[in-house]
Amino acid sequence: MLSGLFSPFMLHSWEATSLVAVAAGAVGFFVVLRGSTFAAHAIPQGAFTGAAGAALVGTSTLLGAGVFSLVAVGALARWGRRGRHDVVTALVLVGMLATGSLFLSLGSQYAQQTFSLLFGEPLAVSSGYLLPTVGLAAACTGLVLASYRRLLLSSAAPELALARGVSPATANFLFLLAVGAATTLALPVVGALLVFSLMIGPPAAARSLTARPGMALWLSVLLALVTAWSALVGAYWSNWPVGFFVGAAAVFWYVLGRAAKAWGHRPRNAPAVGSSR
Amino acid sequence: MSIVHAVFAPGFFSNGPVQAALVMGAVVAAVCAPVGVLAVLRGQSFAGHAFADITSTGGSAAVLLGISPVLGFAASAAAGAASMEGLGARQHGDRDLVTGTVLGGALGLSALLLYLSTTRQGTSGATVSVLFGSVFAVSSANWPWVAALGLPALALVAAAYRPLLLSSVSPELAAARGVRSHLVGAMYLAALAASVALAALTIGAVLSTALLVGPAAAALGLSSRPGRAMAWAGAIGVTSVWAGIVLAYDSYSWPPAGRGWPVSFFVVALVMAFYAASRAGAHRHGRSPAGKAA
Repeated sequence: MLSGLFSPFMLHSWEATSLVAVAAGAVGFFVVLRGSTFAAHAIPQGAFTGAAGAALVGTSTLLGAGVFSLVAVGALARWGRRGRHDVVTALVLVGMLATGSLFLSLGSQYAQQTFSLLFGEPLAVSSGYLLPTVGLAAACTGLVLASYRRLLLSSAAPELALARGVSPATANFLFLLAVGAATTLALPVVGALLVFSLMIGPPAAARSLTARPGMALWLSVLLALVTAWSALVGAYWSNWPVGFFVGAAAVFWYVLGRAAKAWGHRPRNAPAVGSSR
Repeated sequence: MSIVHAVFAPGFFSNGPVQAALVMGAVVAAVCAPVGVLAVLRGQSFAGHAFADITSTGGSAAVLLGISPVLGFAASAAAGAASMEGLGARQHGDRDLVTGTVLGGALGLSALLLYLSTTRQGTSGATVSVLFGSVFAVSSANWPWVAALGLPALALVAAAYRPLLLSSVSPELAAARGVRSHLVGAMYLAALAASVALAALTIGAVLSTALLVGPAAAALGLSSRPGRAMAWAGAIGVTSVWAGIVLAYDSYSWPPAGRGWPVSFFVVALVMAFYAASRAGAHRHGRSPAGKAA
């Protein structure tokens, strides 16, 4: 059943899902740390519109998703602070989804393309995707690593960061850019609706498992890789949509994280030796 | 006569599905109007959006089981509303994380259910019809369920109208007056779940927010008195749905494919246009724009 899993045909899928997982795990660490789950929900929906538009005019999905991710990043950086959870935001998100569905309906493979853009299609990753995917993943992880200290400081202690000359607006923009890049490369693989799960499930668990930020970042990347790989194997084996496995894994990680936290907080039963927390 | 024909393509008024869609859209928009105004006043428009996404799971399950989609929408909207009650007490950041995780799990499950119904039953349009909907495709078998959800929703809002308004505008004052905010809140959430299910049936699960809170938010820019805003919201909602149906019917002769554009797209676009116009108008008159605080 799994014999073809490492065939040359599947190599692209393995490479693409791994790159997606590294980028999403790294960016997701800051998504959870900054409490920006909303940005991670909104940017993929913008990218969906772009990917649908690209499918209509016949250009690359990555190009369409990338351009619209940038637009969404710009909009969030400009207006994100004010009306966060209000009517405008909800309506704009729905408007983007509706526009995406219009683009797809005007094309020739409405149902099929809608499904793969929303819920992912890692088995169809072609070699043409690979070079841009490598570039985007490198840019995204590089951005996170290069601005690691700055992002960490401005997420954990905004006032201190400001005093050290780190502008919160710049840090936020860099962060959103990284989310946009990760979204762009993840959208064709895990789907617009589930990019979000890959970005928050693993880091949420990582953060519950360790208190040290550097460790949590690596753990987040590792758990994202485990998620993406098992989703790929699951999708290959069952032929079920990859989005299902990603969504289920995110729930699993979250529950695991909660359980670990609850275990660590048992003051009465835990031995006092060596626990100074 | 030629102008009439230019707006309403030939056969519009004698077309059975169109007539059914006109009635259905009007009924749903009328139910959503009062519930939506309360959602905006209570600052729950985004919560409504979150569990609108969750309804896609119930809708997909209903398609797979071969029962009326509105039943699936209603069941999952009720589950979403109940879990929202449970999450209410948690702190903000954690609540977002839980909401996001549940949302992702639910959407993943929708993907699986839609895949299964596509492969087992050969209903390739299930994805599109559950997520983006089409009011033309709502079969008459759904009518009893529409009535069974819509009437109680209106009745609940009517029965708890005053305490609901009071607890939306000033929870402290409501508590001082002896309003049992838990009971009122639960009644309201039940009405909200029913309305979300109806909106999901009309314009699709992931787009239903537009019909629920869009007209309401636009209406609150026109009048700050809740009763009047509800009437406006009803008018805006019905107009958007009807005009959307007219445009979708006309679009069968439009480029590029001659297959027609999705009716849900037109409805969402019109609702957003109404909202933008109302915001612009309120801004010019120096009134505080509605929904800002929501």
